Amino acid sequence: MTDHGISGPATGAPLRAMLARVARRAEAVVLPLAALMAGFAVFSLFLLMQGKSPAEFFSLVYKAGFGTAFSWQNTLSRTAPLLFAALCVALPARLGLVVIGGEGAIVLGGLAAGALGVSLAGAPAAVALPLMALAACVVGGLWIGSVGALRYLRGVNETIASLLLAYIAIALMNHLVEGPLRDPASLNKPSTAPLADALRVGDMPGWDVHWGLLAGIAGCVLAWALIDRTTWGFAARIAGGNVRAAQVQGLPVGRLILGFTALGGAFAGLAGFFEVAAVHGSANASLASGYGYTGILIAFLARHNPLAIIPVAILLAGFEASSGLVQRRMDLPDATTLVLQGFVFVAILISETLYGRLRIFAPERWSTR
Amino acid sequence: MTDLGIWAVPLAILAGAIRVSTPFLFVSLGEVLTERSGRINLGLEGTLVFGAMSGYAVAYLTGSPWAGVLAAAVAGALFGLVHGLICSLPRVNDIAIGIAMMILGMGLAFYFGKPFVQPVAPDLPAIPLGWWSDLPQVQAALQVNVLFLIGAAAAFAMWWMFRATRVGLIIRVVGDSTDAARAMGLRPALIRTLATAAGGAFAGVGGAYLSLYYPGSWNEGISSGQGLMAVALVIFARWNPVACFGAALLFGGAGALGPALQSVGVSEGYYLYYAAPYVLTLGVLIATSSPHRAMTGAPGELSITK
Repeated sequence: MTDHGISGPATGAPLRAMLARVARRAEAVVLPLAALMAGFAVFSLFLLMQGKSPAEFFSLVYKAGFGTAFSWQNTLSRTAPLLFAALCVALPARLGLVVIGGEGAIVLGGLAAGALGVSLAGAPAAVALPLMALAACVVGGLWIGSVGALRYLRGVNETIASLLLAYIAIALMNHLVEGPLRDPASLNKPSTAPLADALRVGDMPGWDVHWGLLAGIAGCVLAWALIDRTTWGFAARIAGGNVRAAQVQGLPVGRLILGFTALGGAFAGLAGFFEVAAVHGSANASLASGYGYTGILIAFLARHNPLAIIPVAILLAGFEASSGLVQRRMDLPDATTLVLQGFVFVAILISETLYGRLRIFAPERWSTR
Repeated sequence: MTDLGIWAVPLAILAGAIRVSTPFLFVSLGEVLTERSGRINLGLEGTLVFGAMSGYAVAYLTGSPWAGVLAAAVAGALFGLVHGLICSLPRVNDIAIGIAMMILGMGLAFYFGKPFVQPVAPDLPAIPLGWWSDLPQVQAALQVNVLFLIGAAAAFAMWWMFRATRVGLIIRVVGDSTDAARAMGLRPALIRTLATAAGGAFAGVGGAYLSLYYPGSWNEGISSGQGLMAVALVIFARWNPVACFGAALLFGGAGALGPALQSVGVSEGYYLYYAAPYVLTLGVLIATSSPHRAMTGAPGELSITK
């Protein structure tokens, strides 16, 4: 058997090379899935300790999130903002930046789109809607781009700065919708004036899901192409690994940081645009509903890979879509979803320590005898 | 009641600085302890909220606010311990773990805290230091809580500990150089884990102050980023416990600006004043950070300043 590698290279080598490739790729899929399962397992123990049935919990999530055409539509409608919010974390993460304030860009992007939509009432939708989307992108991009600028120019920690800016954004939105931009007719819930029907983004033909889902998926594909298929993405990966080395190589680190944070913010702004134009019909406090924070978990679960964000976002959207029903049926508090997310998040981060350490995924285990 | 006119504003800010600063003080002292050992714990916001819930719940169930403070400290230490143990694994990002622990801490606090939103727990006692004044406003402003005094004493004690004691030296060595600490026969991972646990206990006590004194009730909106601001404040205070005390007073005053102006009838732009502490924190971060040189006083092994 010892001379097998010499006597049969023609048949053995391609197979082994393929196994090595599969092993290397499998690590990036199997470990996050295992971490997800571990998070679910800890959460199940948590439920058992409360005398609640994990089996009932997960079967209710399945039924209410993915069981019927109706629940799928509910899940997919919630997926759109999560895709954008996760991109706002994943793009800066390529440069090694942990930006967690996407909620602020969602809120202000939505507010910008809503306010512009009011002043564009009567304009043709083909002109007004792209302008509203653009306004949301610009505002969101400036908001998160300024986090990148502060990081590069002043060395301000981007994690803390982005979260502070999210609080500031929510206060700014509250100020504007309660004051200068308030529709006097909105009594109980201060809002901007409702958008004209022509300026509402509708559902995709044949579905009860608005166009934001398609836009979000397109955004993920675009972001993937940028990271994986362009020199910009390649340069960003180098700068994320080692800033000094990137600077020595003459890479424009400052422009990369600004570009990636601003692009992430622009995506988050789009989430706000779709929330206003497709879901709420006006900008109000509902914009700050936590999509930005769920997006952080999604990006980490997807290991900041934009294509992996799509299935992960759908999964977590299903959990959010089913949360109301599950909590009512099982008499659980609203925070149950947050607890589950916390356990999964901790599990996924612990799994980071296993990369490259499990021999089953090592290519050389398969390529050499 | 005497009408103080515009003087009510600085008085209210002073009162606010004393009342609002305590949670900032405790969280930032905990964070100084953790960061001096070379780790950052961004999850103290979650610890603060969980401390607020557990302190309130235990104070309600036992009837003793001090039992609540103790419970909050123990809960905070447990959160810190989990954070510290996970960070001891190779290649685990302490910033990301902090975000995860923040979500988990808030989730668990809201989950277990739901039955305690309605009941009324006993408050922590306050000492009337305004007895010399006839003005009821001054007397109200100088109602100083015992925890504020304990926090102020802890700030000076911690400053002395870092400066003059063996424990303080060990924490500083571990925070400045893992290699040097190993060469001295110290175990950096263990010391960092213990420092993170102790830091968590401080943050838990800060949370208990929120629910047991000011604002003095438990609900899901009890903290709006105080834990996170306190972490930023540590950079401003250059990892010096006594400077943390001053910074906490400054932030407390900023937080009291909105309610103070509202009390004299300025209600315009209420939400903008509400944003004042966040804007101040960001401004302070921008002013005290630098892209070119290592920050003075920063522990060498700290990931955010590398």
